[in-house]
Amino acid sequence: MHFSGFRVIKEALTGHKGWKPLWRNPDPQPSYDYIIIGGGGHGLATAYYLARTFGQARIAVLEKGWLGQGNIGRNTTIIRSNYLLPGNEPFYEFSMKLWEGLEQEFNFNAMISQRGVLNLYHTDAQRDAFRRRGNAMLLAGADAELLDAAGVRAMAPFLNFDNARFPIKGGLLQRRGGTVRHDGVAWGYARGADMRGVDLIQNCEVTGFRIEEGRILGVETSRGYIGAKKVGVAVAGSTGRVMQMAGMRLPIESHVLQAFVTEGLKPVIPGVITFGAGHFYVSQSDKGGLVFGGDLDGYNSYAQRGNLPVIEDVAEGGMAVMPMIGRARLLRSWGGIMDMSMDGSPIIDRTHIEGLYLNAGWCYGGFKATPASGYAFAHLLAKDAPHDTARGYRLDRFARGHVIDEKGVGAAPNLH
Amino acid sequence: MLIPHPLLGLRDAQEFTYLGDARLIERPDGMAAGAEAVFADYVYLRDNPAGVHRELWFHEQGDRSWLVVTRDTVTHEIISAELARDVAMRGKGGAA
Repeated sequence: MHFSGFRVIKEALTGHKGWKPLWRNPDPQPSYDYIIIGGGGHGLATAYYLARTFGQARIAVLEKGWLGQGNIGRNTTIIRSNYLLPGNEPFYEFSMKLWEGLEQEFNFNAMISQRGVLNLYHTDAQRDAFRRRGNAMLLAGADAELLDAAGVRAMAPFLNFDNARFPIKGGLLQRRGGTVRHDGVAWGYARGADMRGVDLIQNCEVTGFRIEEGRILGVETSRGYIGAKKVGVAVAGSTGRVMQMAGMRLPIESHVLQAFVTEGLKPVIPGVITFGAGHFYVSQSDKGGLVFGGDLDGYNSYAQRGNLPVIEDVAEGGMAVMPMIGRARLLRSWGGIMDMSMDGSPIIDRTHIEGLYLNAGWCYGGFKATPASGYAFAHLLAKDAPHDTARGYRLDRFARGHVIDEKGVGAAPNLH
Repeated sequence: MLIPHPLLGLRDAQEFTYLGDARLIERPDGMAAGAEAVFADYVYLRDNPAGVHRELWFHEQGDRSWLVVTRDTVTHEIISAELARDVAMRGKGGAA
């Protein structure tokens, strides 16, 4: 089923009776060449690129619930590539370029909206750090503009420029950053993968790995044993408990991060605004709700819900930078579970078990990475070699001393 | 969350700073053979269970004691809390 303007008009004139489900709902086959565990953004994108770019057959995605029920459905939908370090910036810029062509490529409306991401700065030292970051972005082929206070005022006059503790002196703007309809990404990749013959198997929980002589043979699931030549694990915040079944300890803790949305308002915020000093970030959804978030709750959690002190903290951060937000009523808050890795950067690598591959440790930033993560993981699964932009994301980088510590806080995941 | 401090009674978790897995108490011997690999594991690898987890909390805005808190990471229920000093002494075979 191809989506087009012509199709929309035709369906409108014939009572919308021709629309079909976006993907099949197949039963698992006895074995596959590739099994991807995790039917979220990264897992679906991996299956899509594996089927499309690398021309492989017999691929399955196993999801314990329904497709896109995890972090791709529980985030604040921001895309950007404003990183600093050489191991990170080219990867996130690669992701940004994939975002830019994504809707045309998979013929699905993901509502990609490049309305700009603005990081505020409040001191001369922070301005210099942002100037350096902007230069690193330009060197990697991304875009960056350093605004002074007047520049920020022209974009967002409603901010609190004279805050006693964090007066706004300017901001680093990436105009190509923005937001994407997160569910649309999952559905688009799922549909694209299904059209290329990938079996998307829902309600199929992996309960164990069958490993013999250091080699993976397949996975035990709630729907029986399924054989596989290669297994890729992309399960976001559940990495710890899934890899425990393969006997692996990882440089990862699972933490809860909350997000919030207000009632629908008329357009008030031009793009994404981040207030790093107080850790608060906000954008406005296409329905009008202000979508915002802040810090982790700060301790290991698998609860998919947060606690009140962090809600209070985020609300305070919001009020400090944008006092008018106090007039909006908060509709909902929710929590997603994420892998906080020991240097704040992801892991895309093979494991010591032959045929078992890992895509994990996305910390706060998994959503914006979805296309590049899927592409790089598919590359690794198909060719047994890392993609050029993901060479730094090795599992053994901690032991080798080659960590990618974007925030410079060391092995303290609750500080990243 | 309220943490049952063994000396002070129930205290708000906001008074504490979280460090993580309580196995960090068992610091390896830096002079032993193979210490490099052991330390890489010690610094970077973590148990990350969905369920009961023993973890270190620092009563930073209270009496500045370290606690070993046993907590369920799925329900956030706190099962017990004891002074980390007592746990460490017990680990070394000392009186506690």
